[in-house]
Amino acid sequence: MTGDGLNQTPLNDLHRELGARMVAFAGYEMPLQYAAGVMQEHLHTRTAAGLFDVSHMGQIILRGTDPAATATALEALMPMDLVSLAVGRQRYGFFTNAAGGIEDDLMVANRGDHLFLVVNAARKAEDVARLRSGLPAGVAVEVLEDRALLALQGPSAEAVLAALAPEVARMLFMDVTTVTLAGVECWVSRSGYTGEDGFEISVPGAAAEALARALLTDDAVAPIGLGARDSLRLEAGLCLYGQDIDAGTSPVEAGLTWAIQRARRAGGARAGGFPGADRILRELADGADRRRVGLAPEGRAPMRAGVDLFEGAEGGDAIGSVTSGGFGPSLGAPVAMGYVPAGMARTGTTLMGELRGTRRPVQVAALPFIPANFKR
Amino acid sequence: MKFTEEHEWLRPDDDLIVVGITEHATTQLGDIVFVELPTVGSTVAKDDEVVVIESVKAASDILAPIDGEIVEVNDVVADDPELVNRDPLGEGWFFKIRASDPSQIDDYMDEAAYKALVD
Repeated sequence: MTGDGLNQTPLNDLHRELGARMVAFAGYEMPLQYAAGVMQEHLHTRTAAGLFDVSHMGQIILRGTDPAATATALEALMPMDLVSLAVGRQRYGFFTNAAGGIEDDLMVANRGDHLFLVVNAARKAEDVARLRSGLPAGVAVEVLEDRALLALQGPSAEAVLAALAPEVARMLFMDVTTVTLAGVECWVSRSGYTGEDGFEISVPGAAAEALARALLTDDAVAPIGLGARDSLRLEAGLCLYGQDIDAGTSPVEAGLTWAIQRARRAGGARAGGFPGADRILRELADGADRRRVGLAPEGRAPMRAGVDLFEGAEGGDAIGSVTSGGFGPSLGAPVAMGYVPAGMARTGTTLMGELRGTRRPVQVAALPFIPANFKR
Repeated sequence: MKFTEEHEWLRPDDDLIVVGITEHATTQLGDIVFVELPTVGSTVAKDDEVVVIESVKAASDILAPIDGEIVEVNDVVADDPELVNRDPLGEGWFFKIRASDPSQIDDYMDEAAYKALVD
């Protein structure tokens, strides 16, 4: 902890040494950017490889006597098919509430005798409480406080990591495995939050700095801060919890129905049986009244979170608002996401966003803005 | 050349005053991605919001440092906002203003005082 009550990750000293500008984020002191700046860091990740410290995220192990029973128990909290999640595979999902809203989004990995969860930093405490109260007594919920999490993202990520552990080159998107990196056993998944190929590496906290330094010795790798992490995920059309999705947003509104597998839908082998199933199954059948869409402002002015959207150039009430927005360095243009009524969600629809009292045109755009570059 | 506490610089140029932002300001703002300039011919009062800058991080307003008329704007930075990061004290200027009362600039800091402020 720092003097102002912020947690520090095991890489705090390294960030400072690398010239990071540190900011408070979700209770942690995190690097916003390094000397290169957000634009360069973003472009570097898309063309080579970026190293991100995401140790603020929560790492949780669920362990019961019978792994299949643990997966079944977790299905009571999430509308995902976890029973069919094979050993060595990971799946994106979310916790829902009784009203069909999203309580957090997370990754669930089947690591054989246990499930490994990675959750948002700001939701860690709520998620742990939800797991402890919602899972049977036989499932132990272990919060890993002593591990760091690094993300290595970009087209060069495979070559960089394979130089330390050749077997990672065989991994496909959403595979998880245990490998030795720089002499330490790490849990590696082929996933990320940038739209690029890459890896997320859970490493014991005490070994994290040595591993980060080993990765940074490769000329292809640059350290990347939260600023570029945000613009990368925005271009990739990925939601930020608390901004694009929250307890009042349903998965159908958010356009996350792809994450709800057939087994949990109407007519599926284990249909329903998760919080908010009534609403979510109904919306899967009938659609939601509003939808998350990509938004491409005309001109160069970014439309950031909170910008109100209107149907016309004058008058009328706001029909929605921007939930994430900024400048997309790879596109060289502003990009945004927001919620609009279902009838205005068609790609190419022109809406108006109000910036500093002036309405400017913005087009509904397909997500992602930048095609994903995963190794499938 | 004079400097404001808002990290603007003012450089007399014949009977006009050229206005831009300092390198310290651009470092704080980060990569600049959008600049909206005032309308040529408009009359502005000191502390009016005359320029909007958007960086990768946030939007900022640039205030008119003095009363006067905007007589020229630097359209190049509207098309290439990063020019402000690359050359804030030179090619990255924003506008030229004809001061209503040229003595208004006397209140601002000289370079030594400004350096003392930001160092």
